[in-house]
Amino acid sequence: MSTPSTDTRRLFDVHRGAGAPRLASDRTPPPPATLKKWLRDMMLIREFELRCMQAYQDKKIGGFCHVYIGQEAVAVGCVAATKPEDPLVTAYRDHGHALARGMTARACMAEMFGRIDGCAKGKGGSMHMFDKPNNMFGGHGIVGAQTPLGLGLAFATKYEDEVMQNGRNKRVTLCFLGDGALNQGALHEAMNLAGLMDIPVVFVVENNGYSMGTSIHRGTTMAHDLKSKAIGYGIDAAVVEGMDVLECYWGMKQVVDDARERSRPWFIDLRCYRYKGHSMSDPRKYRTRDEEEAWESDDPIGKLERYMLENGVVTESETKDMWKDVKAEVRDCVAFADASPMPEAGELYTDVYMEPWGPYPGSSRPTFMGGAPNTPSFTAIDPKGEVL
Amino acid sequence: MSALREIEFRDALREAMTEEMRRDQRVFLLGEEVAHYNGAYKVSKGMLDEFGPRRIIDTPISESGFAGLAIGAAMQGLRPIVEFMSWSFSLVAADPILNNAPKMLYMSGGQFGCPVVFRGNDGAGGQLGSTHSWCVEGMYSNVPGLKMAIPATPDDAKGLLKTAIRDDDPVFFLESERMLGMKGHVPEGEEILVPFGQGRIRRAGADCTIATWGRPVHFALEAAEALAKEGIDCEVIDLRTIRPLDIGSVVRSVKKTSTCVVVDQSWSFGSPGSELAAQVHKHCFDDLDNFVHRVHTADVPAPYAYNLEQEYLPNARKICEAVRAATYNA
Repeated sequence: MSTPSTDTRRLFDVHRGAGAPRLASDRTPPPPATLKKWLRDMMLIREFELRCMQAYQDKKIGGFCHVYIGQEAVAVGCVAATKPEDPLVTAYRDHGHALARGMTARACMAEMFGRIDGCAKGKGGSMHMFDKPNNMFGGHGIVGAQTPLGLGLAFATKYEDEVMQNGRNKRVTLCFLGDGALNQGALHEAMNLAGLMDIPVVFVVENNGYSMGTSIHRGTTMAHDLKSKAIGYGIDAAVVEGMDVLECYWGMKQVVDDARERSRPWFIDLRCYRYKGHSMSDPRKYRTRDEEEAWESDDPIGKLERYMLENGVVTESETKDMWKDVKAEVRDCVAFADASPMPEAGELYTDVYMEPWGPYPGSSRPTFMGGAPNTPSFTAIDPKGEVL
Repeated sequence: MSALREIEFRDALREAMTEEMRRDQRVFLLGEEVAHYNGAYKVSKGMLDEFGPRRIIDTPISESGFAGLAIGAAMQGLRPIVEFMSWSFSLVAADPILNNAPKMLYMSGGQFGCPVVFRGNDGAGGQLGSTHSWCVEGMYSNVPGLKMAIPATPDDAKGLLKTAIRDDDPVFFLESERMLGMKGHVPEGEEILVPFGQGRIRRAGADCTIATWGRPVHFALEAAEALAKEGIDCEVIDLRTIRPLDIGSVVRSVKKTSTCVVVDQSWSFGSPGSELAAQVHKHCFDDLDNFVHRVHTADVPAPYAYNLEQEYLPNARKICEAVRAATYNA
């Protein structure tokens, strides 16, 4: 099998601290079933996002909506490098990560529509996708805010291994952020703590070159070498190709395995591009059409499709069927979301507190998790009290 | 029966944490100087020796980073206790403690709770100036999704903190540097769990209800003794928690006394005191002989000079004046 086409970007540019062992590079192509799953997952995200844009225009989706088109290889390649029990947390451009992690398109679209069958009962919206069974810890709307959370998730997995002894399963947390979050203090505090405390968290910078309308060169120092941001915190760092799912997987697999083995943080400058605007209201006047076309011609889905065709993994009629299948799934999730009821007015007061008191009736799981009530483990509030 | 055991407020806090950490491996303590230094105010003294560095964790000065770490750990199933050396320093961690912890359960549609306790010194210390003298209950009690406890005595400090650690919701636990050395009776060997949302009548009286919490409870009791000599018999209610707020106990008292003074050491504008006064007006409209009088910290930044700081804070003299005004004509 030949490797997929590459361009002049350096695919895997690594900085390691003194004494760190060599990374075990393995560029064996994954088996056909895996490649097919990746291709289908990327197609699903692409089609899902296109329909989100349409539904947004139709005013079925409110608020802000940030689509992932162009970056599909990042979520799919990174998730493929992890185990299902590894925690994942990301920022507000989160539909792709949710779907790649295994959230159903139905729960995701119903959330976009603000309906009761959404992953968060319609209380979170586009920027706040949570999926506990798949260890997806959000979807966070404040730039950089998820980076200390990712640190904490990884801290907790290490704590469980070392203090609670409930299985030394050595989980690694993937904490995604955009290049705009490089300039938030929270990230730098999180990186310092991660380096200091040997926390197995991988900070994955989805470097699409723009924080909203500000190009990385206008807002960030050392934009040509983001690794330097992490090296100062004693964190190993690498550049990984994000427009090619195979390269992304191969790079991230080495990183995730190393983080798991050595219980150390990593920082990844993952080069990618968002084809659409920052959000639905962005006319993209800060960049040229030529630039966009150059990146779009490097499309990650087309690239994997060509690779699989060239290597006899799929036939053209099979990829056509895959597109058809994905389109049907997305049509179904839109119909599902449309038919799902809006949350009842009483939902306004649920899930504020685990424990029922005053105007708050307590909490329950969303419908995709069975909808059963959450039972608090301890009653803190005097049940006889007349409280507000 | 052994003699009544008296311990300091800080010892009571330590006992609560220690007992809960022995009981539940998911509980750990992190913050600045909590381990090797034995706590900036010696609250965690000796805990490193008992529990080791994996559970008593020194952090660098990175409130936003370690508060966020605790929230992520809580989402994953642990039960962190975060010590802020001063709640004044929590302002740089406003995003994690206000935007993440109290909203996670709601935003995730019931998937991820945040059983985390944030605790530390709140209110003016001893002449620390404006930046170190915050009474954060004024701002933070505004946020739904969090619970807030403010103990006034060592026994309540222990009982409320144990409840806070076991609670499945995020708890903001406000202590006072001025009170850490205060001694009081705390029963030994007994399981003390003080429920939230249940005030405590610190002094029974018939003429005027003084509703307060935290350090000003002691100013109110001092005022009540002085007023008793003038023939004004005050009932002092220590609310103990702000969220939930035990409005029932205050209403029952005001229906008896017909007058009410609220004492709150935060600024008056948009404060727990203003909320409590509004609720008393609503529930006791026909019972009140006068509007609810309020004693707050002066509406200025905290001053440094000793005499100005004393005048800035609620004190017994101001409470006496408010009670006299509230009961005048009564």
